[in-house]
Amino acid sequence: MSLTMRQHDRRAPQTGRRLLHGLSGATSDPTLETHLGRWGAIGHREFGMLEELAASGLVGHGGAWFPVSTKWEAVATASRRRPVVIANGAEGEPASRKDALLLTRAPHLVLDGLALAASTLKAQQAIAYVPAASIPIVSAAVAERRARRLDPLEIEIFEAPDTYLAGQESSVVNVLGGRREALPSFVGLTSIRERGVGGRPTLVQNAETLAHVALVGRFGAAWFREVGSPGSPGTMLLTVNRPGNRLVVEAVLGSSLRQATGLQPEEIAGARGILLGGYGGGWVSPHAFCELPVSEKAAGRAGATLGAGVVAVLPREVCPLAEVADVARYMEGQGAGQCGPCTDGLAELADALERLAYGQRSAPTAERILETCDLVEGRGACRHPDGVARFVRTALNVFSEEVSLHRHRGPCPQIRAPRMLPVANPTAKRRLVSGS
Amino acid sequence: MSRWSLELVIDPIACDGRGVCAEMLPERIELDRWGYPVVAEGEIAPAVVDHAVRAVRACPRQALHLVERRC
Repeated sequence: MSLTMRQHDRRAPQTGRRLLHGLSGATSDPTLETHLGRWGAIGHREFGMLEELAASGLVGHGGAWFPVSTKWEAVATASRRRPVVIANGAEGEPASRKDALLLTRAPHLVLDGLALAASTLKAQQAIAYVPAASIPIVSAAVAERRARRLDPLEIEIFEAPDTYLAGQESSVVNVLGGRREALPSFVGLTSIRERGVGGRPTLVQNAETLAHVALVGRFGAAWFREVGSPGSPGTMLLTVNRPGNRLVVEAVLGSSLRQATGLQPEEIAGARGILLGGYGGGWVSPHAFCELPVSEKAAGRAGATLGAGVVAVLPREVCPLAEVADVARYMEGQGAGQCGPCTDGLAELADALERLAYGQRSAPTAERILETCDLVEGRGACRHPDGVARFVRTALNVFSEEVSLHRHRGPCPQIRAPRMLPVANPTAKRRLVSGS
Repeated sequence: MSRWSLELVIDPIACDGRGVCAEMLPERIELDRWGYPVVAEGEIAPAVVDHAVRAVRACPRQALHLVERRC
């Protein structure tokens, strides 16, 4: 039976609620029995999956928006050695919770996608790289699958450190290869897809992306394209952060971003700015936000990115420059400290932004800060400095009024308000949890 | 028909800003305010290739690479 015929499967969701289908309230439990009852069995096949992924138009939801089929093709054709496939559950963005939600409430959907990658690419090894908090549930899920002999090979579990860069592709390969802490490598001359873990071709795919793969594998590309726009089909998870509240929603690509987030017009009108994509993302004004569709292209035109789906509303009660300065300092601390321009540049940016937010005088001009942004962009082994540059640049633009007020009058009264954007700085070491 | 071009690539992890490259290839490389090299965009003109190769060999950190890219 051709995969495209599967769209008539009675279990295929007919609305834009796909990954979150069946996950509301008390009825959701992460067991295999519930999972199979909800979605049916997944059939492994050697042929057709790559074509189906290409036809689906599915892109990665770890933040880079790279076409999934292109990545799989590159791994499939890289060498004769059998590849390593990895479900990347490290969710480095502190304001993102969507991968954690999937791993703890629908772990089998992610593991189905990983198993499909393993069978399609004839993998040597399949690894779930997940944060400590998700390990008990993912371990239990892997045990259930083992008991049912569901997968072509045993899925191994590794703990992802709780750091910003732990999910960066080459960091993942370094942790799993046992070479170093979760720090990126320079990959300008080689590719992880060709030579990754143990020198094998390696697929590192975000957890949400693999959950979408699981549904494309079951219901086919034509079903996948039933929602969204032709150029940008399907859905994505968003983590919506508002004061005192964080919620994961599923948004149809191309629909209204405001409606998808469930934010009320008065909430948006009362906001100072809205952060899209996380700390490596960008700020947009409340007005611009209302006009945006759920679209990476449109977010890019607005100077931001949807990244891994973070949306954070900054209310009037907080000082936006203090929030921006604290995040910049956090991002400096989360840098690997390996590349000179990023190490020096991010420290300079954090200093400048702190003087702007907290200082009484001698705050640097916005022009000087923008110059530093230009200097760090594209100068690292990974995209860490690029993300910070975008975050700062868009902040100076959206909060330009606050910048000039601070430069002339010093700190604002809102400085005493508690920070809204989380900037925890935990440390965690690599640990082998199960598997070989 | 595809064409190949030569480009300079810096490994920013290996580079520690000694500045040798900027001295040897000022046509293409200057140093930023922290002393790290910034490579001008675009392919290396045939007349400059020899200088570029010498700069690559001279880097004490082996952080400068000359790569062929299909364009």
